[in-house]
Amino acid sequence: MSYLEYNVKSVPTGFRKLLFLNWPIILLLCAISSAGFIMLYSVAGGSINPWLEPQLKRFALGMAVMLGIAMIPIWFWRNVSAVGYIVSVLLLIAVELFGEVRMGAQRWINLGFMVLQPSELAKITVVMFLASYYDWLPLNRKSHPLWVFIPVMIIMVPTALVLKQPDLGTALLVMIGGGTIMFLAGVHWAYFAAVIASGVGVVWAVMVSKGQSWQLLKDYQYRRIETFLDPASDPLGAGYHITQAKIALGSGGWTGRGFMQGTQSRLNFLPEKHTDFIFTTLAEEFGFIGATTLLALYVALILICIFTALQNRDRFGSLLTLGITMTFFLYFAVNMSMVMGMAPVVGVPLPMVSYGGSAMLVLLVGFGLIQSAHVHRAR
Amino acid sequence: MKRPPKDTAQSQRGIGRRTLVVGGLQLATAGLLALKLRSMQVEQAETFRLLADENRINIKLLPPARGLIYDRRGVLLAGNEQNYRITMTREDAGDVEEVLDRLSQLIPLSDTARAEALKEMSNRSAFVPVTIADRLTWDDITRVTVNAPALPGVTTEVGLSRYYSQGADLAHVIGYVGPVSDFDLSRIENPDPLLQIPKFQIGKTGVEAKMEEVLRGSAGTRQIEVNAIGRVMRELSREEGQPGADLQLTIDSALQTYVEARLEGESAGAVVIDLENGDLRAVVSSPSFDPNLFVRGISVAEWNALNENPFRPLAAKAVQGTYPPGSTFKMITALAALEDGVLDPEETILCRGYTEVSGTRFHCWKSGGHGNVNLHDSLKQSCDCYYYEVSQRVGIDKISAMARRFGLGVRHDLPLSAVAEGLAPDKEWKATVRGEDWRIGDTVNASIGQGYVLASPLQLAIMSARIATGRTITPRLIHTIDGIETPKQSDDTIGLNENYLRRIRAAMDAVSNNNRGTAYGSRINVSDKRMGGKTGTSQVRRITAEERARGVTSNADLPWERRDHALFVGFAPVDDPKYAVAVVVEHGGGGSAAAAPIARDVMLQALYEGQPPLEAYPSNVRGRISEQQRAIQNRVQPGAIQGNDRA
Repeated sequence: MSYLEYNVKSVPTGFRKLLFLNWPIILLLCAISSAGFIMLYSVAGGSINPWLEPQLKRFALGMAVMLGIAMIPIWFWRNVSAVGYIVSVLLLIAVELFGEVRMGAQRWINLGFMVLQPSELAKITVVMFLASYYDWLPLNRKSHPLWVFIPVMIIMVPTALVLKQPDLGTALLVMIGGGTIMFLAGVHWAYFAAVIASGVGVVWAVMVSKGQSWQLLKDYQYRRIETFLDPASDPLGAGYHITQAKIALGSGGWTGRGFMQGTQSRLNFLPEKHTDFIFTTLAEEFGFIGATTLLALYVALILICIFTALQNRDRFGSLLTLGITMTFFLYFAVNMSMVMGMAPVVGVPLPMVSYGGSAMLVLLVGFGLIQSAHVHRAR
Repeated sequence: MKRPPKDTAQSQRGIGRRTLVVGGLQLATAGLLALKLRSMQVEQAETFRLLADENRINIKLLPPARGLIYDRRGVLLAGNEQNYRITMTREDAGDVEEVLDRLSQLIPLSDTARAEALKEMSNRSAFVPVTIADRLTWDDITRVTVNAPALPGVTTEVGLSRYYSQGADLAHVIGYVGPVSDFDLSRIENPDPLLQIPKFQIGKTGVEAKMEEVLRGSAGTRQIEVNAIGRVMRELSREEGQPGADLQLTIDSALQTYVEARLEGESAGAVVIDLENGDLRAVVSSPSFDPNLFVRGISVAEWNALNENPFRPLAAKAVQGTYPPGSTFKMITALAALEDGVLDPEETILCRGYTEVSGTRFHCWKSGGHGNVNLHDSLKQSCDCYYYEVSQRVGIDKISAMARRFGLGVRHDLPLSAVAEGLAPDKEWKATVRGEDWRIGDTVNASIGQGYVLASPLQLAIMSARIATGRTITPRLIHTIDGIETPKQSDDTIGLNENYLRRIRAAMDAVSNNNRGTAYGSRINVSDKRMGGKTGTSQVRRITAEERARGVTSNADLPWERRDHALFVGFAPVDDPKYAVAVVVEHGGGGSAAAAPIARDVMLQALYEGQPPLEAYPSNVRGRISEQQRAIQNRVQPGAIQGNDRA
C-alpha cells in the first residue's frame, strides 16, 4: 500500500510497456553476453559445441523470462516476495536432502528438465524479501534492535544453508547482498561497524579453528585460503589454477594474443576455462583493451541501474533495484578479483559470460524485476 | 497502512545518500580491478608472456646421423642402417590385449616382450607411443602396414642404427657403439645434452669411442607445443642437426679381411704399415667378434662365450697385447752397440751354445753353438750368444733408449682402445717400479728380447718400418675426416748412421732369402719383391737345467698356454721398402714356422693388392698355398656379399 498505488493511472499498460522498458540495460546485457558467446566459441576451439549453443538457448530463454517478469506490475512481485523467499529456503533444504553431489559439494537439484542451483535463486529472493520488508517497515523502526534482528535472520537462514553445502562464495554473496539492502534502507551505521568488527573476529576464529576438533571450514577451503595468500607455495597442486590463470591473463598484454590464439586456454593449462576462469581467456586473447572494455560495460550497467533506482520514488522498487545491482556487482567483482589473484578461489562465475544456466537465468530474473520496477514506477 | 508522501520523500533521500556510499565503493572496486589489470597486462606482460611460453614450448633434441666410416678405398665399414620398429599408443588402440593378439600373428612377439610392452603402456600416459618390437624386417613391416585397419594405435617407425658391414674383421679397430650409460656420463665433464636422450648410441671402443666427438655431430632441435598434460599439439620449429663427420680410415679392408682369415684358428695379432706415410693398412687381432652383437644388445650366452674363450676374442691383441719380442729385438741391441761404437760389424764372436755371465749359464737356442759369427750371421741365424756379449758391452740404458727411438716402450697416439705402452726396461725403471737393482743377467735377457722387454705387434711393425726406412715412421689410422686429409706425421730421419742400418737390412734380407736364414722357407720368390725380416720365438716359461740336460721339450708336446710365442717382423721389397709387417702368434711355437709364413702371405697380399701370383711363393709350398687361398676366398665371400647387400 505504498505511494505507488495512488498513481497507477500514470503507469503504461499492455504492449505500451515495451516502450517504457529500460532499453540501455537490455543493450548492455546483450553486449556483455555477446562477449561471453565469443569466448565460449573460442575456448571450444572454434566450435559452437559444446558450450555456445546451449548458452545461446539459455540466453534466449532468460531474455524471454526477463521480459515476462518486466510486464508484470512490481507490486505483484512485492506481494509474492515472501513466497519466493520461503520457496528458495525450502529448495535449499531439499538440496541438502536430495541434492546431487558434484565436485565435493551439494549444490544442484535435478528438476528433470533442468539442473537448478537453489543457492543462486536465494541471492535474488533474499534481496526481494528484504526490500519488501523495508517497504513495509515504518521508517522510525528501522534501527530498533528487534526490527534489525528480523532481517538478520532473513539473511542468515539461507546463508547458513548455503554454507552447509558448502559454498562459501555464494554464502558471502547472499550475506553481502542482504546486508546492502539493510544498509541502503537506513539501518544505523553502528550495526554495520559491529558486523565488520565481528567479521574480523570470525575470520580469526576460522583461522584458529584449523586442525582443531571444531574446525569451521573444510580442508579444501583452508587450502584455497592458503593458496590465495601464497599461490607460489604449491604451483602444481592447489596453486596451479591461480598461477596458470595469472599467466594467461598477464600474457595477454595490451592487445592480446588474438581471437582463438590464447595458448593457455587452448592447451588446457587453464582450469574451468569456460566457467569461472573465462575472464582469463578473454584477457589473454583480447588483452588489456578487451578486459577493460568488458569491465567498462559492467560499470555502465551498474551505473544505469543505480540511476534508475534513484529515479524510482517507490521504496520497494529502488531497494530491490539497488540490491540486485549489488548482487550483480558482487558477481563480477569477486570473479575478477579471484582470477587475478586478489581473492581466494570461491567459485563465483562471471555474470552473463561464464557458461552455466542457473546463474544466467537468475540474473535475468533479477533484471526482469529491475525492468518491472522501472516500467511500473510512479511518474 | 497508508504512508504519507513526506515519509516517502524522506526515505528516498536516505536511500539516495547511502546509495552514493555503496555506488562509490562499487566504482572504487571497479577502479581497483582496472588498475590490477593494467599492472598485470601492461607492466608485467613480458614476464607472463615468457611464463606462458615456458608452459607450452618443449624443446626436443633431434639426434644427428652418426658419421660414416670408410676404408681407404671407400668401402663402407660402419654405416647407419634403417631400423624398423612398431609402436603402439594405448588411447588409439582401444582394446590393447586384442590388438596385441592380432599383432603377434603378424610379427614374432615373445611373451616377455608382450608383457613388457603392456607394463610400459600402463605406466605411461595413454597418448605416449610405446615400442612393441624393434629391428623388424621389411616383410614384417609390410605385413603390419597392410593390416593397419585391424591394428588401431599401431604405427611403424623408422630410426637409424649402426651397422658394421665387415662384421668381425674390423671389430677391434672400429669398435662398436652402445647406449650411453651412467658410467659413461660420469666420465664426461660437460656432457652434450644429446647424451641425455635415452638409449642414445655412443662409441664404446675403438675408433667409434676415440673419435666420438667427430662422429657424433651436433643435435638438431625441435620446438614443440605441448598442452597441460604434455601431449604434443604441433611442431613450432625444427632445426636439423649437423650430422657427424665421415671418417676414412687408412685400413685396406680387403687386406684386413684377408689377414683376419689367414689368422683364423690362431690367437694372434698382425699389423701392416705403409712405409710411405705410416698408414696402417691392416691392424688385425684374432680371433675377433661381431660388433653388431653389441649394437643389438648382446645376450648373456653370447657374452659368456666371448669372455670365456681362452683365445680372448675381445682383446685387441695387435695394439693391446704385449709380448716379449724375442729375437726380433736383436736389431735394437745391435744398433745400440754399433751406435755406441763398441761393436765392429765384421768382428766375430764365438758361440759355443752358451755364455757364462757372472756364474749363470745363458743358452743359445742352438745347443751346439754357431761357432764364430759376425753381425750379419748373428741375425741371419739368430745367434743368441753374440747378443749376450754385445749387450754387456753397451749396457741396458743405451739399448732401451735405442728401443724407444724405434717405437718400442712408447705409447703411439692412435684412436684405438687400450693402445699398450709395452716396456723398454732400463735401470731407473727397475729401481722405481720394482725397487731392485738392475743386474747384468737382466741385460743379457733383454738383449734377445726376453726378460722385461715387452712389445705389441703394432710397436714391432713400427720398429720394422723405421729400420726399413731410417725415418721415424709414425702410424696413422685416420686418413680423412669429412674429406679433409689428416696431416701426415713428421717422418724425419731417425738420425742413425745409414751404414749401420744398411747392414741390418742386409742381414734381414738374408734371414728370409739366404738358404741358411731362419725364415728362408717363408721367402718371397720374386727377386724385386724380396722380403727382409727377422723371426722371433719368445719363451713364456723357464727352461730348467734339468730339462735342458734331458733335451728341451718341443712345443708340440706342451699345453697350448705354455708354448712359445711366435713372432716375425719384416718389410718388403728389400730394395725399395713399401710395407712393414709384424705378426705375433700367441703360443704359436717357433717364429720361423708359425709367424713367418703368415707375414709372407700377408705381405704378398699387400704388394700384389690381393692378387699374388702362385709363382711368388717358394715352389714347395705352392700346393698348400693355393688350397689355403681357396679356403680363405670361401670364407671371405659370404661376408662380402652380406656387406654389399646391407650397405
